[in-house]
Amino acid sequence: MIRPHRSHPLWVAFLLHRISGLGLALFLPVHFYMLSLAITAPERLDGLLRFTDLTIVKVAEFGLVFLLAVHLFGGLRLMALEFLPWSPHQKTMASMAVALAFMVSTSFFLKAI
Amino acid sequence: MMKRIGLLTSDTKMMTVSIWREEENDGRFEDYEVPARENQTVLDVVAYVQQHIDPTLSYRFACRVGMCGSCAMMVNGAPRWTCRTHVSKVVTDERLEVGPLRNLPVIKDLATDMDPFFEKWVAAEAVFHPSATRDDPMAAITPDDPMRIAASEAIECINCAVCYAACDVVENNPDYFGPAALNRAWSLVNDSRDAGQDARLAAVGSNGGCHNCHSQQGCVQYCPNELNPTLSIAGLKRETTKAMFRWSR
Ligand code: HEM
Ligand code: SF4
Ligand code: SF4
Ligand code: FES
Repeated sequence: MIRPHRSHPLWVAFLLHRISGLGLALFLPVHFYMLSLAITAPERLDGLLRFTDLTIVKVAEFGLVFLLAVHLFGGLRLMALEFLPWSPHQKTMASMAVALAFMVSTSFFLKAI
Repeated sequence: MMKRIGLLTSDTKMMTVSIWREEENDGRFEDYEVPARENQTVLDVVAYVQQHIDPTLSYRFACRVGMCGSCAMMVNGAPRWTCRTHVSKVVTDERLEVGPLRNLPVIKDLATDMDPFFEKWVAAEAVFHPSATRDDPMAAITPDDPMRIAASEAIECINCAVCYAACDVVENNPDYFGPAALNRAWSLVNDSRDAGQDARLAAVGSNGGCHNCHSQQGCVQYCPNELNPTLSIAGLKRETTKAMFRWSR
């Protein structure tokens, strides 16, 4: 359970930012390794790329795009908070970041299937 | 005949409060039966326990009207100024749990050692450095001066450490100055009479400084005086960033 002193929306936004940041940090090395196969072992890359036809992989990609988008928009929100004049709409902006990320990742998913 | 304990009659409605008891690092919550009055603050409940049940209970308060900042405690897991927190507003599931303020060492029971909190105010250069003497004329600062307006927004701090207890960065980084000290430093950055700005920016930009803050805004959520330390810290982040370019030239 989230402890009482943390039970407010902007703490959840922080949690989401950290989880998405760590998720991306774990994913990127794998991603770059896969891309490097295009040069070092093209046949293996083609073999691996065939997995992306599986629905379960598409759902996972949806998750990755969501993580990237929510980290991107959330990161822009934090940088605006730090470097632009203060806005009283902090919670609205955090929820907009999530909504935009959901929109981007869902349109990606709909195009993919 | 009616049985009387203190001011109680046998038909007084009662409630249970769990209070943290600690001595020499050995602590646990203990339950007490107190009157469930319609109108009482958390501090009233703690005082009742000390006055009518166990006189050895230690806690801190002074003004009882939200001025002095000495009565802050964890109430049902969240930091509150207890003298102005009504029990009826914070009980959840008929439960009231009162503990010492988070992120500070406990001296005894509900009384925490505030020294680390105030030492960080000094470390953050949240201290006024005069630029004039008593023989100089008074500095003229008009109420509509933008710096004065920015300072005013941060100035009503009562040093209660509620924000300090709400902050997860304070919990995880013992060097972090915390929201209150940085908020005070920001009000001084906006004091045109102050002569210590470079030292202050160096202090708030140091390891324990403003760049530790993740903008979770727990401090804003709980500050009883509705101050906005996150706004102040964002201001310090901007000013230290600008100073970095000035100083590297
Ligand atoms: C797409 C553009 C990106 C933007 C605008 C962005 C922005 C930010 C910002 C502003 C923070 C500081 C958050 C805070 O103060 O708590 C942050 C933290 C972080 N970012 Fe990013 N980021 C981006 C991409 C990435 C990528 C691609 C990765 C993965 C390699 C990543 C991993 C992290 C991690 C691990 C943290 C630390 C999280 C934390 O301290 O809670 N970010 N990001
Ligand atoms: S906004 Fe910064 S100072 Fe305030 S609680 Fe969060 S991390 Fe701490
Ligand atoms: S900023 Fe608010 S919560 Fe923090 S010490 Fe000052 S009055 Fe208390
Ligand atoms: S007793 Fe002074 S602020 Fe609560």
